[in-house]
Amino acid sequence: MKKSNIKAWLYLLPALVFLGVFMIYPLFDVVVYSFEEGYNSASQSFFGTGLYNFSYVLHDPYFLQAVKNTFILVIITVPVSTGLSLLISLALSSIRKLKDLFQTLYFLPYVTNTLAVGLVFMILFKKTAYSDGLINLLINIFGGQSVDFIEGPYWAKMLVLCIYTIWIVMPFKILILTSSLASVNQDYYKVARVDATPKWRVFSKITLPMISPMLFYLIITGFIGAFKAYSDAVALFGVNLNAQGMNTIVGYVLDMLYGNSGGYPSYASAAALILFAIVLTVTVINLLVSKKKVYY
Amino acid sequence: MKIVLEHLTKIYPNRNRKIKDEKIAVNDFTFEIPDGKLIGLLGPSGCGKSTTLNLICGLEEATSGKIFFGEDDVTKAPPENRGVGMVFQNYALYPHMTVEQNIMFPLGNLKGEAKLSKEQMKAKALEVAKLVQIDEYMDRKPAELSGGQQQRVAIARALVKLPRVLLLDEPLSNLDARLRLQTREEIRRIQRETQITTIFVTHDQEEAMSISDMIVVMETGIVQQIGKPQDVYDDPKNLFVAKFLGTPPINVFDAEVKDEKLYIGESAVLDVKGVADQPVFAGIRPEGFILADDGVFECKLSSVEVMGRDTSVVSKHNALLGTEIRSIIPAENKVDTSSPLVRFNLKPAKVHIFNKETTERIYFK
Ligand SMILES: Nc1ncnc2c1ncn2[C@@H]1O[C@H](COP(=O)(O)OP(=O)(O)O)[C@@H](O)[C@H]1O
Ligand SMILES: [Mg+2]
Repeated sequence: MKKSNIKAWLYLLPALVFLGVFMIYPLFDVVVYSFEEGYNSASQSFFGTGLYNFSYVLHDPYFLQAVKNTFILVIITVPVSTGLSLLISLALSSIRKLKDLFQTLYFLPYVTNTLAVGLVFMILFKKTAYSDGLINLLINIFGGQSVDFIEGPYWAKMLVLCIYTIWIVMPFKILILTSSLASVNQDYYKVARVDATPKWRVFSKITLPMISPMLFYLIITGFIGAFKAYSDAVALFGVNLNAQGMNTIVGYVLDMLYGNSGGYPSYASAAALILFAIVLTVTVINLLVSKKKVYY
Repeated sequence: MKIVLEHLTKIYPNRNRKIKDEKIAVNDFTFEIPDGKLIGLLGPSGCGKSTTLNLICGLEEATSGKIFFGEDDVTKAPPENRGVGMVFQNYALYPHMTVEQNIMFPLGNLKGEAKLSKEQMKAKALEVAKLVQIDEYMDRKPAELSGGQQQRVAIARALVKLPRVLLLDEPLSNLDARLRLQTREEIRRIQRETQITTIFVTHDQEEAMSISDMIVVMETGIVQQIGKPQDVYDDPKNLFVAKFLGTPPINVFDAEVKDEKLYIGESAVLDVKGVADQPVFAGIRPEGFILADDGVFECKLSSVEVMGRDTSVVSKHNALLGTEIRSIIPAENKVDTSSPLVRFNLKPAKVHIFNKETTERIYFK
């Protein structure tokens, strides 16, 4: 090793130590826990090693519900939020007047606290003794029956959760997309115009390929983010998500650690590893697709 | 297709709306471009060349004036209906498409009866690719091509739909010197073969002079002179045109006309019949100097550069506006470098005098 190399590693040492202690070691620990059967964190003891923890988690109805919820959330919110963000960004980049105002408006949810946003959603959706919520008011006006979005049927709760999640994740996507739209060289559009290119063709053949790296970045991070969803559900339905049938995988992991029925780090670790495997698979698929589709 | 510009004017409002002042980018441009010619639009940066092109292709709307393609008034037509091909300075090739896809792109926009099958498009693309000699690289992406090759692809893309007019905005400025020379000949050849009326924008006078049938010299939005390159060079209308054309540039002196003689400093250097007494600018082309021991024009010799066929004599004079006089003389004429002075006679056709206030040319016999 050259002298300069040693120096470089020395500079990196503090960062590496921190990474090691707070990132690598816990990761390693999670794997270890997940194979230790009957681990007790108080006495630091366990009976044996094996796949029992995974088997338990995979047979736990709460976990299966959480997986189902998470997948529904991912499959609905990622495409919808990305698509909507793209539409809004395109609209934003084609207007001149009040552009800054709109940009700020769309960015507001990003700087708003999740729980505060949850409060607003309560006002919109929650049924109380005094009111049915703003949305129900609208439904009533159009002649529909009130729906209990917060404690009612599964689809209604899922709908609110999806809308909430989409609303929360859109500002960042809009921000990224408007700036990547703005960074496309205007000359491409001028040439296309002189060549009499129809609007949809400009979009599909020029704009979309040009922003595709950013789009895929958003889709991949969107998937990962949605798989890790938890706080949104809490903001809407409170901490007792299992009872509500609205738990997510991360929620399940937390419940297993700290919930009322908690204190099972081994189950939590197993669930976390399963989540990790899912996210890894989906991300790899995403990357493979993007290799084919994305122009860099 | 001939192109007629009538009193074409473009005024940009100031970007800062608080300042009411506006920018006249093109000022009352009137010109008839004959069919099938290559026109060089020439002028310093910011003089309104690109704006003129954008007006012709429709990317900018004229503030006033009219544009005709043949008999069609296209002043208000959107760019997609004008049938022009445009090549941008940076080529603007679609980076995610292959050369072939780039060239075919405009064909894919055709609608209705004009719509082509994939095979027809490919055939047409190949045809123009051959014309610009890029057909070997059809499957490459633009990033895998040299600047000159990208340039050709851009021209091919502009030509493939057989435009009525081809517009090139500084097409060579991103190329290195050697490629620039080669590519400008290519452009000339392609234009001759296709016979498409072409407007070629450049700030490099040599480029414009070498390939254009006619040049238009612009400054600050105003057309200064239009004509065949040699005519404009030989017979500039004003000091700006005289200074802008020619390398090395024309040598300009503070001078005076007295008794129908041109005085530079103390010495009368030329007879200028029919010119009233007045202070003037005198411009002498580098090739307007004749080395002569008894020459009328005496300068302080700085250096002599032998350049094969010619010799470049660098000298100084107090009345000169600029740093040094550059004169080009045949290599046979030997300059006595031991002497601190050098003397010239002047060729009357290579000396132009200009009014000191208006900088307009003053003609003499
Ligand atoms: N969109 C615009 N808004 C305001 N002024 C402009 C605009 N485009 C060009 N100009 C001004 O018009 C003048 C001519 O510009 P341009 O035609 O691009 O010059 P050239 O191509 O000869 O270098 C310049 O002074 C430029 O600043
Ligand atoms: Mg320009």
